[in-house]
Amino acid sequence: MTQLPASTDCKMGLVIDLDTCVGCHACVISCKGWNTENYGAPLSDQNPYGADPSGTFLNRVHSFEVQPKDGAAQLIHFPKSCLHCEDAPCVTVCPTGASYKRVEDGIVLVNEDNCIGCGLCAWSCPYGARELDAAAGVMKKCTLCVDRIYNENLPEEDRIPSCVRTCPSGARHFGDLGDPDSAVSQLVAARGGMDLMPEMGTRPVNKYLPPRPKDQMIGEIDVLAPLLAPVAEEATGFLAWLDKTLEKI
Amino acid sequence: MAYQQPTVDTSPKVSDEVRQTTCYMCACRCGINVHMKDGKVAYIEGNRDHPVNKGVLCAKGSAGIMQVNAPSRLRAPLKRVGPRGSGEFEEISWDEALQIATDWLEPIRKENPEKLAFFTGRDQSQSFTGFWAQNYGTPNYAAHGGFCSVNMAAAGIYTMGGAFWEFGQPDWDHTKLFLLFGVAEDHDSNPIKAGIGKIKARGAKVIGVNPIRSGYNAVADEWVGITPGTDGLFILALVHVLMKAGKIDLDYLARFTNAPVLVNGDTSSPDHGLFLRDDDGKPLVIDRATGKLAAFDKPGVRPDLSATHRAAGITHVPVFHMMAERYLADEYAPEAVAERCGIPATRIRAIAAEIARVAFDEAFELDIEWTDFRGEKHKTMTGRPVSFHSMRGVSAHANGFQTARALHVLQILLGTVEVPGGFRFKPPYPKPAEIHPKPHCGVTPGKPLNGPHLGFVQGPEDLLLKEDGSAARIDKAFTWDNPMSSHGLMHMVISNAHAGDPYKIDTLFMYMANMSWNSSMNTSGVIDMLTDKDENGEYVIPRIIYSDAYSSEMVAYADLILPDTTYLERHDCISLLDRPICEADGLADAIRWPVIEPDRDVRGFQSVLCELGARLDLPGFVNEDGSQKFADYADYIVNHERKPGIGPLAGWRGDGTKTGRGDVNPEQLDRYIENGGFFVSHIPQEASYYKPWNMAYQDWAVDMGLFDSPQPYLFQLYVEPMRKFQLAAEGHGENQPPDHLRERIKTTMDPLPIWYETDQEGNEGFSVNALTQRPMAMYHSWGSQNAWLRQLHGRNPLYLPTKLMREHGLSDGEWARVTSPHGEITVPVMEMAALNDNTVWTWNAIGKRKGAWALEHDAPEATDGFLLNHLIHELLPAKGDGLRWANSDPITGQAAWFDLKVKIEKVAAPAESQPALAPIASPIGTGPKELKWKVGK
Amino acid sequence: MHPAPSVILFSTLSGLGFGLLFWLGLGQPAVTGGVAFALFAIAYVLAVGGLLASTFHLGHPERAMKAFTQWRTSWLSREGWAAVIALLVMAVFGAGLVFLATRWSVVGVVGALISLGTVFTTSMIYTQLKTVPRWHMPMTPVMFLSISLAGGALLAGQTRWATGLLALAGIVQVAHWMLGDRAFATSGTTMATATGLGEIGQVRAFEPPHTGSNYLLREMVYVVGRKHSTKLRVISLILMVVLPIVLLMLPFGHMIAAVAVVSHLAGVAASRWLFFAEAEHVVGLYYGKR
Ligand SMILES: Nc1nc2c(c(=O)[nH]1)N[C@H]1C(S)=C(S)[C@@H](COP(=O)(O)OP(=O)(O)OC[C@H]3O[C@@H](n4cnc5c(=O)[nH]c(N)nc54)[C@H](O)[C@@H]3O)O[C@H]1N2
Ligand SMILES: Nc1nc2c(c(=O)[nH]1)N[C@H]1C(S)=C(S)[C@@H](COP(=O)(O)OP(=O)(O)OC[C@H]3O[C@@H](n4cnc5c(=O)[nH]c(N)nc54)[C@H](O)[C@@H]3O)O[C@H]1N2
Ligand code: SF4
Ligand code: SF4
Ligand code: SF4
Ligand code: SF4
Ligand code: SF4
Ligand SMILES: [Mo]
Repeated sequence: MTQLPASTDCKMGLVIDLDTCVGCHACVISCKGWNTENYGAPLSDQNPYGADPSGTFLNRVHSFEVQPKDGAAQLIHFPKSCLHCEDAPCVTVCPTGASYKRVEDGIVLVNEDNCIGCGLCAWSCPYGARELDAAAGVMKKCTLCVDRIYNENLPEEDRIPSCVRTCPSGARHFGDLGDPDSAVSQLVAARGGMDLMPEMGTRPVNKYLPPRPKDQMIGEIDVLAPLLAPVAEEATGFLAWLDKTLEKI
Repeated sequence: MAYQQPTVDTSPKVSDEVRQTTCYMCACRCGINVHMKDGKVAYIEGNRDHPVNKGVLCAKGSAGIMQVNAPSRLRAPLKRVGPRGSGEFEEISWDEALQIATDWLEPIRKENPEKLAFFTGRDQSQSFTGFWAQNYGTPNYAAHGGFCSVNMAAAGIYTMGGAFWEFGQPDWDHTKLFLLFGVAEDHDSNPIKAGIGKIKARGAKVIGVNPIRSGYNAVADEWVGITPGTDGLFILALVHVLMKAGKIDLDYLARFTNAPVLVNGDTSSPDHGLFLRDDDGKPLVIDRATGKLAAFDKPGVRPDLSATHRAAGITHVPVFHMMAERYLADEYAPEAVAERCGIPATRIRAIAAEIARVAFDEAFELDIEWTDFRGEKHKTMTGRPVSFHSMRGVSAHANGFQTARALHVLQILLGTVEVPGGFRFKPPYPKPAEIHPKPHCGVTPGKPLNGPHLGFVQGPEDLLLKEDGSAARIDKAFTWDNPMSSHGLMHMVISNAHAGDPYKIDTLFMYMANMSWNSSMNTSGVIDMLTDKDENGEYVIPRIIYSDAYSSEMVAYADLILPDTTYLERHDCISLLDRPICEADGLADAIRWPVIEPDRDVRGFQSVLCELGARLDLPGFVNEDGSQKFADYADYIVNHERKPGIGPLAGWRGDGTKTGRGDVNPEQLDRYIENGGFFVSHIPQEASYYKPWNMAYQDWAVDMGLFDSPQPYLFQLYVEPMRKFQLAAEGHGENQPPDHLRERIKTTMDPLPIWYETDQEGNEGFSVNALTQRPMAMYHSWGSQNAWLRQLHGRNPLYLPTKLMREHGLSDGEWARVTSPHGEITVPVMEMAALNDNTVWTWNAIGKRKGAWALEHDAPEATDGFLLNHLIHELLPAKGDGLRWANSDPITGQAAWFDLKVKIEKVAAPAESQPALAPIASPIGTGPKELKWKVGK
Repeated sequence: MHPAPSVILFSTLSGLGFGLLFWLGLGQPAVTGGVAFALFAIAYVLAVGGLLASTFHLGHPERAMKAFTQWRTSWLSREGWAAVIALLVMAVFGAGLVFLATRWSVVGVVGALISLGTVFTTSMIYTQLKTVPRWHMPMTPVMFLSISLAGGALLAGQTRWATGLLALAGIVQVAHWMLGDRAFATSGTTMATATGLGEIGQVRAFEPPHTGSNYLLREMVYVVGRKHSTKLRVISLILMVVLPIVLLMLPFGHMIAAVAVVSHLAGVAASRWLFFAEAEHVVGLYYGKR
């Protein structure tokens, strides 16, 4: 099990649009809610009402500031969960086989019954996608909502991850990234979807859509100037303006 | 070796049952599917069919499960046993609690009902609580609007008969350029996020005007990091440039606005600046076809924007002339405002040009025929795909009313309100200001008030003044201090009651407002006022009754606590009579119903009011035989009728087939529950735009019971009632302001939008703007009791721009003393680059008092977290005239939270944020040490 | 990385234990009977004690046996196998020495090599991690092996070998530190590659995702200890290498030898503490920390 499958039938994953994510944390909490009640042990919280609250979350939203060479700094909200890597180091390091990658869809999962809680898989993940649950002593990670996406007890349209279903701004997309014709693959192609830490060689399935260029209306090059040409010259005053303006009705 | 993997159950049972109700983790009121297992809440997700959220849910909504299980929930009625503020209480029975309340309230009602001040915070049942207060007979009732965003509401309603604040939305499906002024989150939380997502997916542009580049402003394509308080200047510069270039929609202005309405131009006339009207009181225009005067709404009339009218030696000029004269002046040129706004003139022009390009070059037509109120038929609807939205960044300044007006005038000049691609109203709006009620203050001991408390004044004659000219209301709403204070001034209630200005009260009755903490300015001062005693050793505010669901900071300061249910345990009604959940395309309302039963001795507040009303013998709450009229709130929701056929809920009336108008239907709540907790009725297509002037819409609105007859009207670029106040200040008329207010009224109550510097007296040496923003994942103070949410925002640093960090030699995690003319706080700092150079800010309401919310005393909210409120006073610095000047917009009384100016010094790290107030005793203790919440097996 | 005491104890003790077994396997010293028993007992206490200590940081120690299943890919699993085999082989060898006064030298040599192999597998658990550049280099196994050999020699009383190997271990340790200090920078992983936002400009971490702490921060972003790292390195080197060498140069005495061993152990423990505390996981980049 610890070996990675030679290939997977498809590559289910998420595409996250950094141009649209407003950093609302809806996906974080929705994920917490679903995965506390569903797959495996509940995501526990220690000291939930005390000095140093700490809990297990499978998805967290970071934020970064980027300072371009010219112009104002930008703030980018940055959700991060397991990227379901094709070359998942977290799988191969696992001594028990608890960590595995599914053949049918490429989802990387932890079989909690086999997990000894050694933490090695979390060490091997560059993205911080795995958290050892302090109460259950087992490794938790994004399941890509494997218990939703095929769930026949849910209406068809709801067979998507909890975080995707809830995202108010539509910044999260779910689909088969192995199929070049899928909507997600098309989106990745159109928007220049990228890998995180490609140098790690993990070949993440999840992709990130970079923010679009910002702060272009600065008025240095006045291509729009004709739009603002005054209707009347200053000298002729208000009445001339009125006349000229009203001619347009 | 074959690859082996365990089998996973990919189709587990999700829940036993799904119960659909309405979220109340904030006031956005999304539809939720509550998944139940073994009678317990297992998982909450958005309701896909719901008009507000269409399936999505925010972080707070998903965390509702932690709210209904929070250890901070109050458990039983409480009677104070220790001194006020100690937090020492004794649990009592409901019977005793209601008896105490009755014993306090009955005598006041008989002697002088104004001795009761009933203020209801972020109430979603205002039509009900207002009805209760009206029947009680006190003039002192309002909800939180005055300290929240009344500037936005009032400016919108006076200008265009509807406002941004919950009352309208951009046409997300068609807009191509969206400008957002001063919004971090807003009440329309999920719809705005969804809307921004939608337009971004189309590649349309978003411009964010905000000193802080986070959240919506972070995803905006253009960020305009404006100097706080200067939006009015920026907007009027856009108006200047667009007018100058003739990039305005003259046809729209002529037809649908008061631009062509004639104004008395005789400076010596007592009517100077008032509209020329016909005998029916209708404003007059000159008809282009005939060149003659005509009522603005005469069938077939084509109002002329330029022609003036001279009669009896007086020239009457159209509003449009006055606007041109004012806004074409150089004082509004981009170059003249650039420095003050902190936006280069070239950028102002570039943005104006883009607005012009999209509004006019990307205009489009929808093939929808419609007929206007003058009887003219239009083959198509013209889209001007520029839309705007704004909230407290504009309205929480003392010039917010005029700034919001400026923004509406800009929209209207572009012809982009109620057109495809522009800004659209949500029913029951549009609705002209004149058909709203006027405020009432007629008190008769033992009898109801003479009318509704709040409304829209049309001139000095509508102010709520006593014979001696003093304020009739405890909050001084609708006085010369702030004549158009349509939502009251909740932030002044405690301060005024304590000062006995305008008078003393006996009982302060509050619901859902954390007034000893985050919802008050001058928090420490308010705490002192609440605990202050007079020379006889009695509390200056003698009695305080409070209803909260949780162990908030305010609980400790009340004498009697009426513990409320949580939102999943009660009936509620999100009614068209107050703040409904309509969308631009549909009329909608909703309910909450008990999807779980309370496990504590708590009762829904509205149900408690039904009983208390009966005990007090209030006319609306007893039957003829004196028995209790409404068993509980559910009973009221179904059976109350405001007018015959019109009740709190619009759906399934009568035999279940009637909408809007219809008899009481005893099965109404069942129909709502079957339908997912809400009702929606779609607006017919031909009525979907141009609603104020579109007869199809007007007729539909009458059918729905929104009006009794069609109410078409003109947009008020020029707000005549404001001119009436100015005239009074100039000495005209019987109703005269006190002398100390004359100048202020003359300058601020300009009927055409202006910009003025907010009141900076006493601010010398304090030059840095200090703001707050709402975190998307927290609702004011409520979020901190939530085990999941408080991990997101358990402390709040003060964010400083890079420049100020350097200037003060600060680095992340170090501490600064922040001083305002009023007070000081010492807080941790953090650097933010994407921030206006002269602005600092923090998340709102994260700081907590030790002992509140069932948190342990060393919780970061209480040790590191802080409130900016300590720095903001409810009064302006003394002017030496002995008068109490509210820190409010002079027109509406809106609390001016964001006018705060501070100075910053680096200091050694204290043990905890300062001021560190003493802990209060908790009536419920603290929560468990570990959570492993799973209700399934 | 969080320097968990159980893991430090484990790698320190078992490294020394397997080091001693290595020398015993080679017949250095060539002991039998009671003396052999005593030496083997020390080696087993160290090796097994270390292994046991390592289970303390497991979430589910009772499932430890499952860790033997994935030897095809997992160095942790391989370490388990190597340790068990080494202990079994050396038990056979030791039994011969203790009870039969017989030396099956082939068994001894095989056992010695597997003991060393165990140390190698331990080192590979860390070396394999690309996510921790300080560990992800060939010098890591060299360091583990050299320290284990030197410590083993010291315990085995192989004064001459011990002196030389301690000196070598010292050099290797210093090299590991020096290379390690550059490793993150040369790994090519930066905030820009972590976020993919480098194209736009200079990336800086703003707000963390949670103000509450989490497993990742506790486990992988350990910053407190690094402040004193130079001081600790010197102390560690003195205790682990310099002092034992000086003591070895003195006339032999049991007390002196014992002090040398204790000093060495303390030095290795300090070195291992630094090994973890100084190790920067790339995930720290997402938190603006390394
Ligand atoms: N510095 C600064 N201060 C501000 C603002 C700002 O921007 N900056 N904003 C201001 C604005 S706009 C507002 S609206 C106020 C908001 O301030 P508040 O109106 O005080 O809002 P909340 O903190 O949400 O708390 C209201 C109270 O309602 C209680 N509550 C929650 N749910 C229920 C329930 O179901 N039933 C009952 N009975 N009680 C319940 C909570 O426990 C809490 O005690 O803050 C104002 N204060
Ligand atoms: N998640 C969440 N949602 C909420 C609430 C909550 O507590 N949490 N509270 C609800 C309530 S009661 C209210 S009133 C609404 C308020 O919703 P918002 O209006 O979004 O309120 P604030 O968060 O106060 O944001 C004000 C914004 O204005 C900006 N600003 C301040 N001064 C200026 C200025 O001079 N010019 C410009 N252009 N911008 C300025 C600030 O930077 C900030 O981004 O949110 C409601 N929704
Ligand atoms: S993101 Fe981390 S946990 Fe997920 S597959 Fe990749 S390496 Fe494994
Ligand atoms: S923590 Fe569990 S899943 Fe991770 S490597 Fe260890 S045994 Fe495998
Ligand atoms: S896919 Fe499911 S498990 Fe993964 S982050 Fe989203 S909600 Fe969480
Ligand atoms: S829910 Fe969507 S918008 Fe909100 S943080 Fe997650 S990805 Fe971003
Ligand atoms: S925005 Fe969030 S908290 Fe507010 S009602 Fe909707 S889901 Fe609930
Ligand atoms: Mo508000």
